[in-house]
Amino acid sequence: MTLVTHPNLDEHDAFYAELLAAHRGLSDEESHALNARLVLILANHVGDLEALRAALELARK
Amino acid sequence: MAYEYKPYNFVAPAGLTAPEDKKKVVIVGAGPIGLAMAIELANHGQPSVVLDDNNVVSVGSRAICWSKRSLEIFDRLGIAERALDKGVTWQIGRTFHRDKEVFSFDLQPDEGHKMPAFINLQQYYVEQFLIDRAQEIDLIDLRFQNKVVSLDQEPNGAILDIETPNGMYALEADYVLACDGARSPIRGMLGLEFEGEFFEERFLIADIEMEAEFPSERHFWFEPEFHAGQSALLHKQPDSIYRIDLQLGWDANPEHEMTPEVVIPRIEKVVGHSDFRLDWVSVYSFQCRRLQSFIHGRVIFVGDSAHIVSPFGARGGNGGLQDVDNLGWKLAAVLDGRADSRLLDSYDRERVYGADENIATSARSTKFMTPADGIERTFRDQVLNLADKAEFARSWVNSGRLSKPCTYPLDAPDNRRLPPSARPGTVAPDAPLAGDWLLSQLGRDMVLLALGRPAPDVGGCRVLSPGTNDAIRTRYLGAAEGAYYLIRPDQVVAARWVDAAVEEIKNAAASVWKGI
Ligand SMILES: Cc1cc2nc3c(=O)[nH]c(=O)nc-3n(C[C@H](O)[C@H](O)[C@H](O)COP(=O)(O)OP(=O)(O)OC[C@H]3O[C@@H](n4cnc5c(N)ncnc54)[C@H](O)[C@@H]3O)c2cc1C
Repeated sequence: MTLVTHPNLDEHDAFYAELLAAHRGLSDEESHALNARLVLILANHVGDLEALRAALELARK
Repeated sequence: MAYEYKPYNFVAPAGLTAPEDKKKVVIVGAGPIGLAMAIELANHGQPSVVLDDNNVVSVGSRAICWSKRSLEIFDRLGIAERALDKGVTWQIGRTFHRDKEVFSFDLQPDEGHKMPAFINLQQYYVEQFLIDRAQEIDLIDLRFQNKVVSLDQEPNGAILDIETPNGMYALEADYVLACDGARSPIRGMLGLEFEGEFFEERFLIADIEMEAEFPSERHFWFEPEFHAGQSALLHKQPDSIYRIDLQLGWDANPEHEMTPEVVIPRIEKVVGHSDFRLDWVSVYSFQCRRLQSFIHGRVIFVGDSAHIVSPFGARGGNGGLQDVDNLGWKLAAVLDGRADSRLLDSYDRERVYGADENIATSARSTKFMTPADGIERTFRDQVLNLADKAEFARSWVNSGRLSKPCTYPLDAPDNRRLPPSARPGTVAPDAPLAGDWLLSQLGRDMVLLALGRPAPDVGGCRVLSPGTNDAIRTRYLGAAEGAYYLIRPDQVVAARWVDAAVEEIKNAAASVWKGI
């Protein structure tokens, strides 16, 4: 599976707001931890090493 | 009860009085790997001299966990029964984070295999059983208190200088197998360096004897209250002996940590009482390194002398036994003139590949257990945090991945309709076979396994054409109605076909002996 980079989530504005809301009131450390959990959960959901590698690469660019 | 070390006798070698004939193979080191190597070569009809600087088995237990593949190899070496009788297994593993159990697993035995997934057995017992076996075999000349002090390579062999309690002598050999362990003096004599990763971390490893009721389980703690910020492991061995691993941190002073006044209170915290006897204690730092190449002229490195890993995953001794498995039949064929010495190059190629897999896997486990401060620790802790909430994260928790043989990358005939678990390069999966086992029937020959197909006459390999059963169908046939499997003497699948002409099989067999 190749990494999806075209728009794929219609309600992106809503998700963005919910992402920020999830972090509300957290310390930096807690926010880091939450992000780490999110990455892990989403990586498992994607379930495709090739796509995840492409995502890592894009994120590091 | 504590293991009773019985020193083996020194017998003055003939070489002290007159030069000995050139030997085909001299094995340096009578650890598990050197001993297994000698027996494996004898199984293939080859004599060897085994030299060890010491006269007792491994002091302290070191390796405890022996994998299924090692047990299958032990079976061919003739010690599996003793190992299984003496060894113990645990089935329940519990993982704790802080003081909470995050999850547990139950290792159900896999049906239809002669050997269990692993056993726990102290290294000194394994060595004792191997020595007993080696001493029954005329082809093996086992010499204790024979210390190799120098080595000279020649075009067709090597000369060793050997120190004994009665003086020095020399031995000449066609091949020298360096099975002299992690600190390998032979590596030093050849000026070779280990390359790889060193972990700035120390672990206290202790064996304790306790009669107290304690479940036969594996316990692993991440950051337990009793050992703040570090990790700890508890494992059961025979004779009411338990293994405890405690992470100490890099700044720990090994001498100080090993004193009973420091060790005993720490262990009391792990087991919750003080009713135990300290059997053995040692402090280790771990490395994941290997030689760039395992063959240097007529010297071949096998086991810890060639590669070392951190012990999480038990890939040291088990990986070394896979070296033995890979080298034995190849060296025997070369010594017999049945194969060109180039066959040995495939030992180097395949076992370097195997070592790299073991190194990568062990390094990943070590990193998970001992994350650096900062983001590494964040990710590690969040995997643990998720483990009791989401099933997927449990499999991400890495407290060691038990040794499994690698799949060699062979460029060999294959048919993708057949099950991937028996593809070329993998060890042939075991299966029950009319009151016996497939792996026992394969033995140590090159075998053509004809399943649901006529058994052709292929020179140079034994043909086995058993009836099929459920296990054979699942592990070897899948949806295909029949198949041919060409299996190497180390029980690795060399090639396979749903159907094949005799010529194709013959060509594949010829490639095996050429090491391609
Ligand atoms: C704490 C710990 C836990 C471990 N747990 C496991 C585990 O659970 N499972 C597993 O598979 N592995 C485990 N290992 C690794 C395992 O112990 C080694 O991989 C194994 O001992 C390697 O065997 P070897 O024969 O290559 O080397 P060694 O066992 O080191 O034997 C080398 C031999 O060579 C001899 N020698 C050295 N120099 C000379 C010389 N100059 N002349 C003659 N003889 C010489 C030595 O006396 C010794 O007998 C563990 C290791 C440690 C430290």
